[in-house]
Amino acid sequence: MDEKILYGYTGLFDTPDEIIEAAEKTAAEGFQKYDVHTPYPVHGMDAAMKLKPSKLPYIALAVGLSALFVMFIFMYWMTTIDYPVIVGGKPFFSFPAWVPVLFEITVLSASIGTVVTMIAIFFKFPNISHPLHDTDFIRSVTSDKYGISIEAEDPKFDEEYVRSFLASIGAKSITAIYWDNDEVNFKNTVLQPKFITFLIVVALAVSGTTYFTLNKLMFMVPFNWMREQSKYIPQEVSTFFSDGFSMRVPVKGTVARGNMPYRYAGDPDAAGKELINPLAITEKNLELGKKKFDIYCSPCHGYFGKGDSRLRGQFPNPPSLHSEKVRNWSDGRIYAVLMDGQNVMPSYASQLNRNERWAVILYVRALQRSLNAKESDLK
Amino acid sequence: MSSSVPDYSKNVSVIEGKPSLRSIDDLISKPLDTKPDKKYYIALAVTTTMLMIGAIALLASFYYGTGLWGNNNPVGWGFPIVNFVFWVGIGHAGTLISAILFLLRQKWRNGIARFAEGMTIFAVMTAGIFPAIHVGRPWLDGYLFPYPNQHSLWVNFNSPLLWDVFAVSTYFTVSFIFWYVGLIPDFAILRDRTKSKIKKTIYSITSLGWRGSNRHWQHYEMVYLVLAGFATPLVLSVHTIVSFDFAVAILPGWHSTIFPPYFVAGAVFSGFAMVQNVLIFIRKIFNYEHIITIDTLEKMNKVILLTGSLVGYAYAMEFFIAWYSGVQIEQFTFVNRAFGPYAWAYWIMVSCNVLFPQLFWIKKIRRTIPLMFIIAVLVNVGMWFERYVITVSSLARDYLPSSWAYFTPTLTDLSILLGSFGFFFTFLLLFTKTLPVVSIVEVKAVVEGSQPSHKDH
Repeated sequence: MDEKILYGYTGLFDTPDEIIEAAEKTAAEGFQKYDVHTPYPVHGMDAAMKLKPSKLPYIALAVGLSALFVMFIFMYWMTTIDYPVIVGGKPFFSFPAWVPVLFEITVLSASIGTVVTMIAIFFKFPNISHPLHDTDFIRSVTSDKYGISIEAEDPKFDEEYVRSFLASIGAKSITAIYWDNDEVNFKNTVLQPKFITFLIVVALAVSGTTYFTLNKLMFMVPFNWMREQSKYIPQEVSTFFSDGFSMRVPVKGTVARGNMPYRYAGDPDAAGKELINPLAITEKNLELGKKKFDIYCSPCHGYFGKGDSRLRGQFPNPPSLHSEKVRNWSDGRIYAVLMDGQNVMPSYASQLNRNERWAVILYVRALQRSLNAKESDLK
Repeated sequence: MSSSVPDYSKNVSVIEGKPSLRSIDDLISKPLDTKPDKKYYIALAVTTTMLMIGAIALLASFYYGTGLWGNNNPVGWGFPIVNFVFWVGIGHAGTLISAILFLLRQKWRNGIARFAEGMTIFAVMTAGIFPAIHVGRPWLDGYLFPYPNQHSLWVNFNSPLLWDVFAVSTYFTVSFIFWYVGLIPDFAILRDRTKSKIKKTIYSITSLGWRGSNRHWQHYEMVYLVLAGFATPLVLSVHTIVSFDFAVAILPGWHSTIFPPYFVAGAVFSGFAMVQNVLIFIRKIFNYEHIITIDTLEKMNKVILLTGSLVGYAYAMEFFIAWYSGVQIEQFTFVNRAFGPYAWAYWIMVSCNVLFPQLFWIKKIRRTIPLMFIIAVLVNVGMWFERYVITVSSLARDYLPSSWAYFTPTLTDLSILLGSFGFFFTFLLLFTKTLPVVSIVEVKAVVEGSQPSHKDH
């Protein structure tokens, strides 16, 4: 397309009185696709152009009322249905207290809605490639002149006629405005490399920023989430105590509450000889022992102590608890194993307290007996 | 308006002389077209230094915790809330000027509206910092909004503090939209004036393609009216809700029905004083004396006088109600305010807010720039102390004498306050160099001879 497409004709005027008169005459002549361009809103121009009143207040009303309604439903659902919380003894549906928020939301939505509707639907903005842009005409009418433009799409449009009409109503510098060929021929497609690159850059930037913010930035100094506190943590060097340790050695002979000192560390035989299970064989103790055995012992020893580990060879299988050797051990000897560990088995002193250890031993005894029952047990 | 009998039959122009439309373009966009001079950089250096001091104090508070502030039992609200209320109050002038005075058809507002709106936005931004940091862990502020979260909890809609979140964020958004809508035609003017390609691109985008079409102006004016209609109750609601933060509590000295109107009057009072302070510089530096005339400044002073008197009335009424109610604890609270440990703050407040603005009854003072500047500064000092007195003195001595204590701000508190001024003025300085501080379109519309004479219709 070499030939330029005509957009329309424009003419300029010097004073507001002239432009009002010109607008009236243009409207009277029967033009429809024309417009008046002024540097500021000129009073009386709407009447001169015979424009109908703007419908935007209705949009504001509609958006505002819908937002009010939706917010009310939302608040009602939040406070009375989804998660009712009693606040200060007030009812869940405490409408007076909701008025401020409802009001703010109404105003917010109505304002945004009206302005967005005006810009996007009434003005069809953003539109920065209108043929009038970058012309002397637009440069004059945004500054100190008043202009009229008559579009070529007007049913009454005829080049000669419009030019003479504009001259007859006193317009100066009458000019023809053409569409920019590059812009007219420009096809906007989604698959343009520029557009796709833009999308990729935006996607990367957004996801990168989000990742950085949520996963890194929030955990950087000074956002320390109260990790930085004026207290000693284990193994920290102390500048206060002369020996430099922040952890203090208890006074000699101190026994922690609820703990019995264990005197047989490293001497299982002595433990086997001297320690006696203090627990009675009750259902409660056996229940406790079973629970703890299932939690801590069964992964390696198996639920029945047969040494059938559930760890699929990730840790060496222990020998069976039903061997002659273990069955002949005293309770105290087994207790020593729990306390000190044995071979690859670690100590379970910190996982089980004293009672639980003895209960586990009771349960182990019950297991052993179940697999080696004597005649007399059947009675 | 003047002492001689005014002639209401003719429209008095609010713009002095009869500047040509193009000269208005040239004048208002001059700061944008020219390189800033040395004074500007000095001013910017000062404000950014203040800002950095505040930023360092803030980072230290994030790192070490809010223990760096003076806030402690029983005064848990200290400086952050005082500063918040102060800055939100400053932010009330802009929307009042642009919305309420617009509805009242006060044409003199046209020269100062844009600037005051800009101030509103920056003041609300400054104010927004304070509740955000006062929560102690500002990175968790998202919890203030009702969004579906993994705790499956919602916010408490019965709490004034939550109303505040909605009020202030709505106020900021609507003010910003109002401001931007006002800027669109001005961006178009700048777009068509500029020679620089980069500026042209920016202005083309921000003006959205405005072409001064009357079919657009028609909707534009209607939306401006609608927005003004929305912003008017909004601006009143915001400080009302801020006052609810206090009034809904049962603390003596806070629990009072006079708070909402009293706070709104105080907000307009301090906002106008701040606008006045900065306008005096702007009109001098940029040679806008004929656009922002001495008459405009005088009218501003009259508003300051009115709202100052309202605030004074509220102070008096608080005492009256305390006496009249017969509630001992209320009576004690007010006597304690005026003569207790915070008497110094109370009397600074009374003298700055009630006594000095009364000088504006004298026309000479209303029209003398240095004097009105000093009074406006005093008003801002007084209004800051008003919030200090309300917040601190009530908390420091409530029902239980055993929990009384005296609040002392720390250096960190003061640094953050200084930083908030730095923040506000830095934005203001950048604003004067990047956007037209006076609405070109609105000024043109009120220049003499800019409207048709309606001789034949």
